Amino acid sequence: MSTETIDLKTKLITEFNAHEALMNGKAQSEFNQTKKQAIRQFEALGFPAAKHEEWKYSNVKHLIGADYTFNSKHEVTPELADEIQIPGLDGNILYFVNGQYEAGLSSIVSPTSEVTILPLKEAAVSQEELVNKYFNTIAKTDEEAFTALNTAFADHGVFIHVAKGKVVTQPIVLCYVSDARRQNVAHQPRNLVIIEENAHVKVAETFQTLGEERSFTNIVSEIFVAKDAYAEFYKVQDESKNAYHIGTTQVQMLDRSHFYSATVTVNGGFVRNNLHIEIDGEFCDAFMYGLYVPDGVQHIDNHTLADHRKPNSISNELYKGVLRDQSKGVFNGKIFVREDAQKTNAYQSCKNVVLSDGASMNTKPQLEIFADDVKCSHGTTTGQLDDEALFYLRSRGIPKSEAMRLLMFAFCEDVLTQIRIDSIKEHMEALVSDKLAK
Amino acid sequence: MLKIKDLRASIGDKEILRGISLEVKPGEVHAIMGPNGSGKSTLASVLAGREDYEVTGGSIEFNGKDLLELAPEERAGSGIFLAFQYPVEIPGVTTVNFLKTAVNEIRKYNGEEPLDAAQFLKMVREKAKLVSMNDSLLKRALNEGFSGGEKKRNEIFQMAVLQPLLAILDETDSGLDIDALRIVSEGVNKLRSPERSTIVVTHYQRLLDYIVPDYVHVLYNGRIVKSGPKELALELEEKGYDWIKEEVDNVAS
Repeated sequence: MSTETIDLKTKLITEFNAHEALMNGKAQSEFNQTKKQAIRQFEALGFPAAKHEEWKYSNVKHLIGADYTFNSKHEVTPELADEIQIPGLDGNILYFVNGQYEAGLSSIVSPTSEVTILPLKEAAVSQEELVNKYFNTIAKTDEEAFTALNTAFADHGVFIHVAKGKVVTQPIVLCYVSDARRQNVAHQPRNLVIIEENAHVKVAETFQTLGEERSFTNIVSEIFVAKDAYAEFYKVQDESKNAYHIGTTQVQMLDRSHFYSATVTVNGGFVRNNLHIEIDGEFCDAFMYGLYVPDGVQHIDNHTLADHRKPNSISNELYKGVLRDQSKGVFNGKIFVREDAQKTNAYQSCKNVVLSDGASMNTKPQLEIFADDVKCSHGTTTGQLDDEALFYLRSRGIPKSEAMRLLMFAFCEDVLTQIRIDSIKEHMEALVSDKLAK
Repeated sequence: MLKIKDLRASIGDKEILRGISLEVKPGEVHAIMGPNGSGKSTLASVLAGREDYEVTGGSIEFNGKDLLELAPEERAGSGIFLAFQYPVEIPGVTTVNFLKTAVNEIRKYNGEEPLDAAQFLKMVREKAKLVSMNDSLLKRALNEGFSGGEKKRNEIFQMAVLQPLLAILDETDSGLDIDALRIVSEGVNKLRSPERSTIVVTHYQRLLDYIVPDYVHVLYNGRIVKSGPKELALELEEKGYDWIKEEVDNVAS
């Protein structure tokens, strides 16, 4: 273990202890007890070493080798927020800059009769019963160091509660900005999304960086989708080449619920996205779409899990990547079908185009099936652009570079069209198209 | 317009075109016939610039330009169009977007202003009528899930939109039922003009009932072994290719 590793770990534990001393009488609340337990779990686990099975292709030594200022001050004005915001975005827009919720930059338009949206820290007090019931009940602090670390510092982030039968007509867009113009910065947002029976909501997380210093985001979102509820969840990433991102989205689905997600990573230095769905109900539909288009020395790792625990549900997954230059991609897709989960339909596909000798893609589908009456399929492909298609386009007068861009974009469009918030979809299409033109 | 002189081309170690010479003047329709494996499709591909083939000898001049020096997109810009024997399915690219890019890239190549969306759509709708193509196909991904007939019709539609000086139809009749064949042929005939030339590559004479050629050439073993007026096609239909093979093989031995 390198000395840097010990440094960041020790630093964080020391910070936690100092922070705990300031909790006054609140240290005994259930919320704070959970955090104390999490720091002990983090201490025991430590940052994942290179030989860790789940981190085999994604070495975090550079991430943890740097020093960061956590939740630091920033200089994001409303004008700047406007400038960097996705064009045409409306709905509930919440800004978190360097971890801090910025009410002045945010606008919550949905009435409280539809949805409760609060900073998590406030909700831990005003919605104590709900927070205690759900917080950290599906996140894996005992197994995942970054999740444990996030939980220990879970003050920043959002609490979203959609009551039974409510339809939130406007999307809820959580905009995370790292202001790394002056120094290395880090933040650990923690979100708790509770969607009660037969409720509907669309949530998106967007990630951006300002400046060229390093940034480290360690985000965890827990999403509870109750019976007959419907949720769409989008994660779109446009961070700097010096941005490190570890994100975990942990989902629980109950009977007849619907969870539909797309994760699109355009820019960012080192990205690890975990999307774990526990299908703990019957007749559920879970969709996972993903896209990554790294170039330069970007590293993008997606780990997904569809955990079928009850019978009769469907999971459907499509991840696609276009890799150029010296970039690296990782896809690890797990499907668990537990003994009780008869009549499960689980599909997984990961398709990649690798356009340079220096780029590489590691794919690992992992199916563990303990039920006997199930339909499961998986497939991964890694190849180049179709020469015949390229010739066809060129024979119609389209120059080679443009023909390649058209084909790459078409390949990506499959996933991009799955984003069902138009402004975000169009913005991501433009980002991908511009990037592929380079 | 097109002057091919002693053209030789190989794929790997195998020489497929073994000295082809052919001249096509503006407004003419030339049919290239011949048994399977004679090099017909290779000739079409080499003209369009397919990179799988290596040109090992000879020259191709097109309106004064050395065609062999041009990339496929530059050949298209100069007015060459190949209707593919097997049109490619391209998921995710709609026919209409693809064509708009193609039209404007060709205009750019020729120093013309791009068409705006309204001008383009008007033109495309007119041309779609020409080959009785349903507008809804335009919005679908290029050739994706199209039947064989729809794909071939789409080739002729693209040809109508791009208005090439030299169209090369590579076995456009293969796999077409008689109705589709008639629609496709009518499309081609409507585009005939004193400036535009066509090379029709086909194995069968049937297509030539609809697209009547000025000249018929028979390709065998990578060479043009016989040329004649349109009646030659009828003779071939009646007698097959064996008599030509015999004639050539006898001379050779």
